[in-house]
Amino acid sequence: MRLDWGNPDRPNSYIGRSVPRPNAARLVEGRGRYVDDIVLPRMLHVAFVRSPHAHARILRIATDEAQSAKGVRRVFTGADLCDVCSPWVAVLAHLKGIKSAPQHPIAVERATWTGEPVAAVVAETRAAAEDGAALVDVDYEVLPAVVDMETALDPATPLIHPDLGDNLTFQRLHEKGDVDAIFSAASHVVEATFRTGRHTGVCLEPRSILAEWNPGERQLTVYHSTQAPHMMQSVLAKHLDLPESRVRVICGDVGGSYGIKVHVYPDEVATAAIARVMGRPIKFIADRTESFATDIHARDHRITGRIAVDENGKILAIDIDDLTGIGPYSVYPRTSAIEGNQVVNLCGGPYDFQTYRAQTTVVLQNKTPTCQYRAVGHPIACAVTEGLVDMAAEKVGLDPVEMRRRNLIADDAYPYTSAAGMKFEALSHHRSLEKLVALMDYKGLRAEQAQLRERGVYRGIGIASFIELTNPSPFMYGIGGARISAQDGCTVRMDPDGSVVALSGVTEQGQGTEAILAQIVAEAVGVEVGEVRIITGDTQTTPYGGGTWASRGAGIGGEAALQAGLALRANILEVAGAMLQAKADTLDIRAGRIVDSNGGIERMDLAELGRIVYFRGDTLPRELSREMVATRHYITSEYAFAFTNGVQASWLEVDVETGFVKLLKHWCVEDCGRIINPMLVDEQIRGGIVQGIGGALYEECLYDGDGQLLNANMADYLVPMAAEMPDMVVGHVETPTAESALGAKGAGEAGTAGAPGAVMNGINDALRPLGARLTEMPFTPERVLRALGKLTK
Amino acid sequence: MNAEGMFRRQVEVALTVNGEPVEARVDAGKHLVDFLRLDLGLTGSHAGCEHGVCGACTIRVNGEIVRGCLVLTAQLDGAEVWTVEGVSETGEMRALQDAFVQRNALQCGFCTPGMLFAAAELVERGGRPSREEIREHMSGNYCRCTGYEAIIDAIEQVTSDQEGAR
Ligand code: FES
Ligand code: FES
Repeated sequence: MRLDWGNPDRPNSYIGRSVPRPNAARLVEGRGRYVDDIVLPRMLHVAFVRSPHAHARILRIATDEAQSAKGVRRVFTGADLCDVCSPWVAVLAHLKGIKSAPQHPIAVERATWTGEPVAAVVAETRAAAEDGAALVDVDYEVLPAVVDMETALDPATPLIHPDLGDNLTFQRLHEKGDVDAIFSAASHVVEATFRTGRHTGVCLEPRSILAEWNPGERQLTVYHSTQAPHMMQSVLAKHLDLPESRVRVICGDVGGSYGIKVHVYPDEVATAAIARVMGRPIKFIADRTESFATDIHARDHRITGRIAVDENGKILAIDIDDLTGIGPYSVYPRTSAIEGNQVVNLCGGPYDFQTYRAQTTVVLQNKTPTCQYRAVGHPIACAVTEGLVDMAAEKVGLDPVEMRRRNLIADDAYPYTSAAGMKFEALSHHRSLEKLVALMDYKGLRAEQAQLRERGVYRGIGIASFIELTNPSPFMYGIGGARISAQDGCTVRMDPDGSVVALSGVTEQGQGTEAILAQIVAEAVGVEVGEVRIITGDTQTTPYGGGTWASRGAGIGGEAALQAGLALRANILEVAGAMLQAKADTLDIRAGRIVDSNGGIERMDLAELGRIVYFRGDTLPRELSREMVATRHYITSEYAFAFTNGVQASWLEVDVETGFVKLLKHWCVEDCGRIINPMLVDEQIRGGIVQGIGGALYEECLYDGDGQLLNANMADYLVPMAAEMPDMVVGHVETPTAESALGAKGAGEAGTAGAPGAVMNGINDALRPLGARLTEMPFTPERVLRALGKLTK
Repeated sequence: MNAEGMFRRQVEVALTVNGEPVEARVDAGKHLVDFLRLDLGLTGSHAGCEHGVCGACTIRVNGEIVRGCLVLTAQLDGAEVWTVEGVSETGEMRALQDAFVQRNALQCGFCTPGMLFAAAELVERGGRPSREEIREHMSGNYCRCTGYEAIIDAIEQVTSDQEGAR
């Protein structure tokens, strides 16, 4: 059956409406159930002793005093877990040449970053475990630390893992066309070096896990604050040497994740291993200092970029050299090479040009491991591209909007393959840009800016076009050997009272997955949205799936839900047809009732149908199939990824005396295909923008020369707060993907992808009359003043 | 005093929590948010930093909002404590809670109970604060999900409805 998307008055039209989230009502009453809220009988708590050194040999660990402390039940060292938990190596076959060293849940011989677990103390209470951890005495031989990524590959730099031969994890060079020839012949070439600050997610709920081994069932049950329950099931089974079927991962409410909680963390695996050894439930909740030192960091990049344009400002070629430091290990199982790889894939992405060279070099260092965080690589690629495009526009003498009009891929050019080899099904850069220009009254703002400049007020407008990778196929991870599902499933069933339950492999992290699944299922089956209950986050009951990452919940999980709902609808109508002695295709289901498709006369409600199917099946024809349940899976096949696009604008003021940047307003027009719930999409965009702004203006993990993290607390690591954030106007263009019936692409990362570039361009636009330019994030007042020449020391 | 000594010392307290009398013997070093969560099972108050910075543990003690991770339970003899569970039952924050749901002013919900207490303080003051004033007032509470705008919208809705009704 086809859904009549164009008609807002179609029956059961929940898709496209701003329905509030069913789980929000519970959360505002404090009735969430996060991992730390769960208490199990005989539960113990674990706290970790962590390396105070960036790089050190572990000579001796004295546990006696801790062992005999009040409340302490047991102390584990890395060696103690070697027999129950095998180490992992985070490489993927499709990332040619990637290498990393075996990583243990607790460091065995050497500690390689400040914060790496060195021992674990299990006690009756968390306070006792922490007190016990303070009593573990570790002798270290401090080793030289590799801190600066720029010198990580120098012959004089010590090797972090001598077995690897060097500190290089991964390198990739992509080249298309004769780059050098184009650059030497071009009318204009501009070049700049950009830096993005190493930052982290700061989920308000820290990483949390509660693991329980049941010897009778030989089953490990893990309550986990995670984005990928099935992936974790697979990882824990493999490294604890259990059958996958004997590991159950349950993921209830998650207090923010943003990519932070999609990785394998040594302390979490250690917690599961300890539960396996002790046969008692073990809980680990990271504290805030641990979160800063051990949650993955991201975006520690230095990028040198050049762009060649002709005399009309037409982009001819882009040349990118990216360097990133990822800490001492590639992070399991997604690897820490993906971010750099995305920089190569995405630079120049919105633009029509075909000569391109990009190299990424991914090196090891003795800092917290980095890995994929919301919008992986996009904010970097976008800022570098948009920074270069603005510089080129200035050189040619073009307005930034006009520069983009001349260079964005034409809206009728699709399908289009970018210079980086990315395949775009259908994007709407020009429509999005024109919508943005209208929404923000670009001309009016330019006039206001010019007026204020005369009064010594420096305001700027920053524009950033972007693309976003969503709905990933197995080409992202599965092809490289990782057991990470790109497919997702949904089971939809009707119960005797006519209500509907849907079980999905995608997960809820607060973004509204359960709300949109309920909308889709309600529309597909033909019931009120309040009659649909959604169950996610349990590997033992939901269909197998990938969970939440790469903005895949709506596009992949949503399509599975749509198809499962439509299948159930067909099953229901077949039974209804038999009961009403009508042809199934003359009937319809609307708001929980069987009606005549023509005229809509009610024939029976679903509760009556349910009663007969479940309790009086004897009255139905014997050969009639009466499956009140249907499961469907969905995977993309034509395109490796469903790209979305959009454009952001930042309007801001720079105080040239103090260096402070005040954000006045922010706009984003984006195209995520079919919108299921406009309010939820807008809030994903807004939340994403603010995370991007955090990276642009405030957030940075600061290290000293010895590899000590200097600001591992919320008072010193700044994040955006309500008072500093602007109001954000969000607009949409809808270009549904033709790959699925639903047509949805992802929306979770677009805000973060474009915001840093927009803010950077806004600051540089404000400071242009003063001849200052900033390319190093975060743009702190100090850096602004330095760029203005007002701070020289 | 070292940590061990501190935890060994126990103190008797009698207070009311959400309108119900509670008598307890607590470690002298136990913070209110831990007492509520661990001893009373009131898990609606969250700990995001245990450092007084994030505001996730914000609750009401003797009519004032406090950071539950900074207040020692031992000092609360005779105090009146209200948590999100309690005010949900009395219905006194219903308008704010409804506005948060309608406007999707929460995503993961971890910051939300603390946000509600901070917002209620402003709402109770009456008047029609500007968006800037609301933003300023809410600036002690972290939210990593929403970008704040929806929270500001929800509070603005409630303060203007309240003024309109006067
Ligand atoms: S937990 Fe109390 S302010 Fe963060
Ligand atoms: S809703 Fe997640 S931190 Fe505010």
